[in-house]
Amino acid sequence: MSIDTTAQAADTPDAQQPWSELGLKADEYARIKEILGRRPTSAELAMYSVMWSEHCSYKSSKVHLRQFGDKVPKTDVLLVGMGENAGVVDVGDGYAVTFKVESHNHPSYVEPYQGAATGIGGIVRDILTMGARPIAVMDPLRFGPADAPDTQRVLPGIVAGIGGYGNCLGLPNIGGEVVFDQSYLGNPLVNALCVGVMKHEDILLATASGTGNLVVLFGAKTGGDGIGGVSVLASETFDADGPAKRPSVQVGDPFTEKVLIECCLEIFAENIIVGIQDLGGAGISCATSELASNGDGGMHVILDSVPLRDATLSPEEILMSESQERMCAIVEPAHLDRFMEICGKWDVDAVVIGTVNSSGRLTIEWQGEQIVDVPPRTVAHEGPVYNRPFAKPASQDLLAANTATSLQRPQSAEEFVHTVLTLVGSPNLADKSWITSQYDRYVLGNTASATPEDAGMVRLDDSTSRGVAISTDCNARFTMLNPYLGAQLALSEAYRNVAATGARPIAVTNCLNFGSPEDPSVMWQFSEAVTGLADACLTLGVPVTGGNVSFYNQTGETAILPTPVVGVLGVIDDVHTHLSHALPADGLTLIVLGETKAEFDGSEWAHVVHAHLGGQPPQPDLEAEANLAEVLITAANQGLVSAAHDISDGGLAQAVVEMCLRGNRGATLNLTGDAFTQLWSESVARAVVALTAEQAAELLALALQHEVPAEVIGTSGGTSFVVNAPEVTFSIAVDQLREVHTATLPALFDH
Amino acid sequence: MSSRIGVVTFPGSLDDRDAQRAIAIAGGEPVALWHGTTNLSGIDAVVLPGGFSYGDYLRAGAIARFSPIMSSVIDAAKSGMPVFGICNGFQVLCESHLLPGALTRNDHLHFICRDQKLRIENTTSAFTSGFDTNQEIVIPLKNGEGSYIADERTLDELEATGRIIARYVDVNPNGSRRDIAGITNEAGNVVGLMPHPEHAVEAGFGPSLDGLAFFTSVLSTLVNAS
Repeated sequence: MSIDTTAQAADTPDAQQPWSELGLKADEYARIKEILGRRPTSAELAMYSVMWSEHCSYKSSKVHLRQFGDKVPKTDVLLVGMGENAGVVDVGDGYAVTFKVESHNHPSYVEPYQGAATGIGGIVRDILTMGARPIAVMDPLRFGPADAPDTQRVLPGIVAGIGGYGNCLGLPNIGGEVVFDQSYLGNPLVNALCVGVMKHEDILLATASGTGNLVVLFGAKTGGDGIGGVSVLASETFDADGPAKRPSVQVGDPFTEKVLIECCLEIFAENIIVGIQDLGGAGISCATSELASNGDGGMHVILDSVPLRDATLSPEEILMSESQERMCAIVEPAHLDRFMEICGKWDVDAVVIGTVNSSGRLTIEWQGEQIVDVPPRTVAHEGPVYNRPFAKPASQDLLAANTATSLQRPQSAEEFVHTVLTLVGSPNLADKSWITSQYDRYVLGNTASATPEDAGMVRLDDSTSRGVAISTDCNARFTMLNPYLGAQLALSEAYRNVAATGARPIAVTNCLNFGSPEDPSVMWQFSEAVTGLADACLTLGVPVTGGNVSFYNQTGETAILPTPVVGVLGVIDDVHTHLSHALPADGLTLIVLGETKAEFDGSEWAHVVHAHLGGQPPQPDLEAEANLAEVLITAANQGLVSAAHDISDGGLAQAVVEMCLRGNRGATLNLTGDAFTQLWSESVARAVVALTAEQAAELLALALQHEVPAEVIGTSGGTSFVVNAPEVTFSIAVDQLREVHTATLPALFDH
Repeated sequence: MSSRIGVVTFPGSLDDRDAQRAIAIAGGEPVALWHGTTNLSGIDAVVLPGGFSYGDYLRAGAIARFSPIMSSVIDAAKSGMPVFGICNGFQVLCESHLLPGALTRNDHLHFICRDQKLRIENTTSAFTSGFDTNQEIVIPLKNGEGSYIADERTLDELEATGRIIARYVDVNPNGSRRDIAGITNEAGNVVGLMPHPEHAVEAGFGPSLDGLAFFTSVLSTLVNAS
C-alpha cells in the first residue's frame, strides 16, 4: 500500500477522500484544505476528523459553555479552571483536589461491560494526568424501565464492568445514582466521576515545551480497538439499519491501568517530567496535538516507534486508535534514564516517539516519509464552532399546562400505606445494594461515607482528617419540564446532599447528557440548562471546574430527557464529624428544616403512581439552599445533630423511611397541615435532622439565625414508621418497609 | 522494639497500604516488601495483602505465587514465621500450597462488598490468639473469587484439627464450603482469611474495630516467642 505523504497530497489536489464517511461536513473539509494550503493526507484527514468530532471539539456546545467561564463566582479555591483535563481546587492545608465527571454512554450501549469499564479507565487517567493520586470514583447511571428486556441486557453488564475495572484499580466507589426512565431505554447513560488529590506544587499540565525534550509514549501497546470510536460512536445515534459498530468499542485492562497509575505516581514524585497527557478519545492524534498546541513550539513524531499489538495497523489507524491504558509524557533528555528505570520497575513499556522542536508545526513521519505537517492548534483547539439554531419546542407550553393538580391523591389510611409502599419499592427509590455491593467501597481505607448516604466522603490521606464529600444529582423530569430551572435544581440537590453530610460545597463539575444538537428543541434545552446552571453557580458561589458534554443521546428521533448531571464537591475539616442519615437511637427529636409547599409536578409520586409528567418543577430557592447548608454544616461541626438527610425524590416520607431503614428503628411523625403535601411534596431546600431534645432548642435557634424555617415533626423509636396527621393516621412496620425496599432489584436482576 | 511486619506489594496489590496502616495502628512496624526481591529485610512476620495481583490472570494468586519474594516467604513459613494472607493473599497461600484447598468464583458470580459477620473458632493461631473463642465480629468482605473449596477429606480434617479459624455467620456470601472464611496450617503460623480485617481498625473508616485483634494477636505471638 502506498503511503499518502504530504508531498503526494500537494501533487494530487483532486484525489477523492472519504471525509464524509469520517463524519466531516463539506465546509469542514474545505477549511482543512484552507488551513493546509493543500488537501490533507489520509493521516491528517484522520486526525482532523476525529479531533473535530463533536466529542473532542465541543463544536456545538462551546458557545454556550463559555458562560461557565464568564460567570465564575468570586472564589479563591480555583487553582486550575476549565479547559485542562480536569479542574483543580484548593481544599486547605496545601492539598489540592481535582475531580471531573465524563460520559461513556454510547460505548456502554453497544458493549455494556467494556463500555462502562473503559469509562472508568478514561476518567481515572484524566485525574492522574493532573498529577493527582486518584482516591475515589462514582457512577451516575440511567437506564430504561427496570423491567424492560434491554435494561436486563445492559444493566448487569454495565454494573459488572464498573466493578470489574474500578475494583481492580483499587479505587473505592463511593456513590452515584441509578435512575430508571423510559427515555433511556435505547440510550442508557453511563457517567463516571473520579476525584484525585495532590499537593498544590504537584499540579501538572498537558504541555510540551522545551526544544529537544522527548515525547515518550508509555503504557499499553497500541492495537486496533476503538478505531474511530470517538467520531463514529459519539456522533451518530443508534439506528437499526446501521452497520455493526461493535469492534469500535475499546477493550480495557484494569491491571495494566493499575500498574500505570503506580508508575505515574512514582514518576510524578521525582519531578522528572515537563508535561503529560493521557490517551483517551482520539488517541495519539489527540495527545500529540494537544501537547504541542499547549506548548511553545512544535513536535516531530516518528510513528514507526509506537509499540503495536497488531503489526498490520496503518498509520491512520495508529493515529486514531483508542487503545486504553496509554499515557504520553514530555521528558527532558537528562531525566530519560530515570524515567525509563521507573517504567522498568513496573514492567510498563515506554518508548520515545518524538521530540519537541521550535518549528511551530506538528510533523509525523512513517517509514521515513512525512505524512503529517499541521499547525497543532488547528487540530486541537481551533476546530469548528457552531451557533446551532435553538428554539423552544411548541410542545413545551402544553407540557407546562398539564399539571399534577388533578391527579388522584390517597385519602384513606390504606391508600396512604399503599402509596408509601409503592414508592419505597419503586425502582428509582428502592434499595440499590444489588448494584452497589458489586463495587469495593473500602479499598484505600479512607472511606468515611459511601452510598446510600447523601454524599460519598473520603479523607484525603491517612495523615489528615481533612476530607472531601461528593454528590452527583439530576432529576431529568424537572429538566424536561423546565431546563433552566431543572439544571438549577440538579445543582441545588447535589449542593444540599454535600451539606447534609457536614461538608462545605466549594466546586462543581457536570456531565451534560442531551439529544442531538442538530435538533433546535434539544439545543434549546441545552442552552437553557447551561444558562440556568451557570447562573445558579454564580449565586451559590461555586465555580464550574470542568465537565463533559454528551450529545446525540437519542433513539431514532426521540431524545432522552435532558440530563445535566451535576457533581458538587465539598470540604470537611474533620471527616469524623460527618453526618449519616441512619437514626442512631430511639427518642430523638425529628426536625424538618425548610419550607414545604404543594409542589408535585415532576415528582416521584406523579411518576410512579400516575406515570405523569407535566407542569412546572419545584421552584429553586438558592438563597434558601445556602442558608440551609450553613445550618447543616454548623450543626455537624458543633456536634448538634445525630443524623441528617436531604429531602428530595419521594419527599419527607421517603427521607424518613430511609433514615429508619438505615438505623434499623422506627419513627413517629406528628404532622400538622395536609398530610399528603407534608409527605410527598418535593419542595427544595429541605432536610430532616434527628437530635436529642436538649439539642433541639439550640438547633431551632441556629435555624432562626439563618432564617431557615424549622419544625419539630416527630421522634425516632419503635419498630414502625407511624404517621399521625389531622385527616389520617397509619403505621407500617420497618421490617415490611425493608422487605419492600430491598426486594425490587434482586427480583428484577437476580437470575 | 516493636516487631517488624512485612507487607508484600505485587503488581496489582490494592490493600497493601491498608495492611501497613493496620500494623502501625496495632503497634507494629510495617515494612514494605517488593515482589521482585527475595530479601525479607529481617522481618518477623509477613502479610500478603488483598488486591488483584497480576490482574487475577490465569487464576487469582496463580502468578504471584511464582514471584521471587514468594520463595523466601514459603521457606520462612516452613520455618515457623507467621504469614497472614488476606483475600488475594489467601489465594496466593493456597496456590503456594502453604494452605490446602482453593478459592473459586463466588457462587452467585458477582463481586460482593459487604459488612460480614464472622465467628472466630480458632484462638490459637498466630493471628487469632487475641480473640475469645466463638467471638463474633463484623469486618468488610470484598471479593469476586472467595468461595473456599476443598475435598471432603480435607474439610473433615480441617474441622477435626480445629484449623478453621473463622466461619461466615448469618449469610454465606460466596458459597464457601462449610461457611469457611479462613483457615490455618497445622502449625498455626500460616493463616488465610477472605474478609478484610485491615479495613476495620480505625474509628470512622469501616464497620467496626474488630479487625485490629488479628494484628495485635501476631504482635503478642512474636513477643511471647522471643
